[in-house]
Amino acid sequence: MWRWLHPYAKPEATYRLNRKLLPWFAIPGIILMIVGMVWGLVFAPADYQQGDSYRIIFIHVPSAMWAMGFYVGMAIAALIAVVWQIRTAEWAIMAIAPVGAVLTFISLFTGAIWGQPMWGTWWIWDARLTSQLILLFLYLGVMALYVAFEDQRTGAKAAGILAMVGVINIPIIHYSVYWWNTLHQTSTITQMVTRLEAPAMPPEMLWPLLTCVFAFLLSCSALIIMRLNNEILQREVRRPWAIEILKGGK
Amino acid sequence: MTKKLSNTSILSQLIRRDMRVAMRQRSEFLNPIIFLLVVITLFPLAVGPGADTLSRIAPGVIWVSALLSAMLGLERMFRDDFRDGALEHMMLLPCPIELSVLGKIIVHWLVTAVPLLLISPLLALLLNLSMQALPVLILTLLLGTPVLSAVGAIGVALTVSLNRGGALLSLLLLPLLIPLLIFATAAVEAASMGLSAGGPLAFMAAFLVLALGLSPLAVKAALQVSVN
Repeated sequence: MWRWLHPYAKPEATYRLNRKLLPWFAIPGIILMIVGMVWGLVFAPADYQQGDSYRIIFIHVPSAMWAMGFYVGMAIAALIAVVWQIRTAEWAIMAIAPVGAVLTFISLFTGAIWGQPMWGTWWIWDARLTSQLILLFLYLGVMALYVAFEDQRTGAKAAGILAMVGVINIPIIHYSVYWWNTLHQTSTITQMVTRLEAPAMPPEMLWPLLTCVFAFLLSCSALIIMRLNNEILQREVRRPWAIEILKGGK
Repeated sequence: MTKKLSNTSILSQLIRRDMRVAMRQRSEFLNPIIFLLVVITLFPLAVGPGADTLSRIAPGVIWVSALLSAMLGLERMFRDDFRDGALEHMMLLPCPIELSVLGKIIVHWLVTAVPLLLISPLLALLLNLSMQALPVLILTLLLGTPVLSAVGAIGVALTVSLNRGGALLSLLLLPLLIPLLIFATAAVEAASMGLSAGGPLAFMAAFLVLALGLSPLAVKAALQVSVN
């Protein structure tokens, strides 16, 4: 397997692989996004309790899920970069971080919009909200550390180490925040939230939600692939193969 | 000159050397403690000097101020050694880098946390913390401050080659230290209500073991990035 993987440590090979993979992520991503959004926002039945305003779930849940998922992905890229010293993995860290940070922000923002009519407040210090906010800080820390260095190689390595330290901390933070909240009495609002976690959700709602979850995964992966390719071209701009691609448009 | 130095003798030499350096720059580690005292003084002025309010917010205020003042003093752990090149020599020593990092962490704890522990009864007095909670407060500081030094070392090692690392250091470290804050204040609150604080204290002890065991590895990786 190593012999098969090793050529992709070369930026050029990764670039060409990415070019081949991109349509397989982008096209299904866009199609699923359209299908999932229309299905969820127009055709799915209204909730008996929350009416139409529950429909924001089709954005909120996928973004919250992949905000966490891409952080783990970023940490895996960081591990590869540190262990095997592969430069493309270092660039992958920086390709993933802003996408993940924006997803985290979207999930917090939609959560606030959703919370306003449902709970009567934009923000409560519920465990899940708080740990999502801390996740946003972790993303911002990784990005800030990267841009703080003048030498981008050093910045990427430092950001990678921070990402790995963060991924060890995420479960600790998550459970300690959870425990902190349950120390106090749980309000009826938070009980509603925790009950959403194990949903007795009807299939008419569940299927569009799953569609949206996959749509977010594919389209965000496509974005990351595009960002990574940009990064590779920028770094390798003096290499003959990159010049050829930039000139020929291929 | 060819005498082979054992790991423990290198560690004790390093600790002695760092302690001597620290003792020659007393203001460097006294300033954060004075900062802590000033911040603690601000709270009664801001929220009102009512005894009930103060004793309710005391655990949180003391711990938040301790975290913030630790952020101020952390930088000196590696900065001066990085500038004058001693850090490179430390990394070339014939002993594992993790060991010398552990020495750095121990010295940092000795010069910053021990003064904090000594004045903690005074802080409790200022904020009207109940006397039954005081031993638990000291215990949380005893368990928590080594975690602060150990996790802080990672952040400092990452930012040591930057000139403007101060605010960045807080951005990197404070989110990672949130669990510590939660369990420390939970323990003190439980004690001041007359409940058992064993659970949160056990968690803090677990953090201590985890941080002291794993952070030297991360610090080593970070130093190797920072020191080319």
